Amino acid sequence: MPNSLMGDPAQSQQVPFRGGGFAPSARRGVGLAVFVALIALAEWGTRAGWISALTLPKPSDVVQTFVDLYQTGLLWKHLFPSLSRLVIGAALGASVGIGVGLLIGLFSYIRAGLVPLVAAIFPLAKIALLPLFVIWFGIDEGSKYALIAFGTFPPTVVATYGAVDNVDRTLIRMGQSFGLSWLSIVRKIVLPGAMPGILSGLRISLAIAIILLVAAEMLGAEYGIGAYILEAGSLYDLERLFAGVVILSVLGVLVSALIGLIERRLLNWRV
Amino acid sequence: MEIRLSGIHHAYGDVTVMQDISLDIPSGQIVCILGPSGCGKSTLLRFIGGLERPQAGTVVQVGDPPAGCLNPLTYIFQDFALLPWRSVRGNIALVLEDHGLPGQKVQKIIDDVLARTNLSDFANALPKQLSGGMKQRVAIARALAVNPAVMLMDEPLSALDSQTRELLMEDLITLWKRAPFTAVYVTHNLAEAVRLGHKIVILSRRPGRIRDVVTLKTPIAERTSATPESQQVHDMLWSMLRDEARAADAELLNG
Repeated sequence: MPNSLMGDPAQSQQVPFRGGGFAPSARRGVGLAVFVALIALAEWGTRAGWISALTLPKPSDVVQTFVDLYQTGLLWKHLFPSLSRLVIGAALGASVGIGVGLLIGLFSYIRAGLVPLVAAIFPLAKIALLPLFVIWFGIDEGSKYALIAFGTFPPTVVATYGAVDNVDRTLIRMGQSFGLSWLSIVRKIVLPGAMPGILSGLRISLAIAIILLVAAEMLGAEYGIGAYILEAGSLYDLERLFAGVVILSVLGVLVSALIGLIERRLLNWRV
Repeated sequence: MEIRLSGIHHAYGDVTVMQDISLDIPSGQIVCILGPSGCGKSTLLRFIGGLERPQAGTVVQVGDPPAGCLNPLTYIFQDFALLPWRSVRGNIALVLEDHGLPGQKVQKIIDDVLARTNLSDFANALPKQLSGGMKQRVAIARALAVNPAVMLMDEPLSALDSQTRELLMEDLITLWKRAPFTAVYVTHNLAEAVRLGHKIVILSRRPGRIRDVVTLKTPIAERTSATPESQQVHDMLWSMLRDEARAADAELLNG
């Protein structure tokens, strides 16, 4: 290399690099490793005795309980009613929520009338209203659907009208300038444009639905994950309690993965 | 079809942004509206296409749009305004879907405009895969698809780098030579106005008023940046705009 620079090359030093970090990237298997390490620690502790049996059940016992649950067929007996409550309740709350959110996003009068109402419903502890739901919708499945639906409704509404507000106005003006009908603009521009916001709202709504599922089943349910956990808790049967909690966690992870899948399929246009 | 503006006047609150603008846009010509930033030229364009209403004055279309015209007044926007979730083909289909045309006809129109804008190979690409110049070509194809009577172009090249701008200007000239269209072309770029305009309307700084209308005689096909007329007009426009631009630059926003 021709050296046309002035000065003494002995005094030269490399420019230090200072641009790294602050760029999260995927690290495969780390999440799993954390789970495995925690469980291994609990297993070691309960076996060695420095974690007492009253503090934490032995993970291997929890697994055994789970296997028993599966083999006796009780797992499906508890899981099936819970899943149907979750699906029906969440579908009701989310679809009405998306509908109302769209109306709020599109019409000023509905916005003025309903936004305060939603803000009033949102912070209510829905569990506190359970007795009321029992009177309104009966002690059977009705009150459970209603509780889950009421819980998923407000976050879905808020996410949806926020998403509609964030749709690029220049795209809407473009639609108008080409003479598109109102319905076409809503269907082809507003709705797809709001989809990212609606889906990330659904992530939160569905997690709330799972929380409320357990709450709903704590009252007058014979079968269901919530009933199972409640029963185990009142008997202080930690193995069964933990087996139930693990099912809920897995449910949460599955729902989140499902939405991730929908996002990848529906929102592949995002930059 | 021609457009006639008469006595357009507009104010936001106490601030008059436009005063007494009267203008004819003759058929088959490109009228450039040139002015410093903030003179209301984009607002004027929105008045012409009916996206906004002036407080006083009228915008009239004289004569009927040509046969087969689906959307007489059609915009081309500075930021392209493509639906990111639709492919190039889908974006063009969007503006045809509401007209109840048979599917075969729609496909024929799309193929035709894609060919005219050299986009045939990109029909299935999503906007995120396209460069800025390509996106604006898609927007031009979309505008051509509805066979407009008047194209309303709102700084169509301002979001592009100077090389892409040059290429797209050549494309526009080719399109115009093949089938002369009527257009209102809003820009703050002198070179674009001198290259594309039959008529250049110079607006003053706020409140926007017509300062001058320059008519260029050299046919668009024969213009290059080096012709004496181009240079002369360019210099004349700049001498007119210089002080306006400087004052606009020094103005406080929302003042």
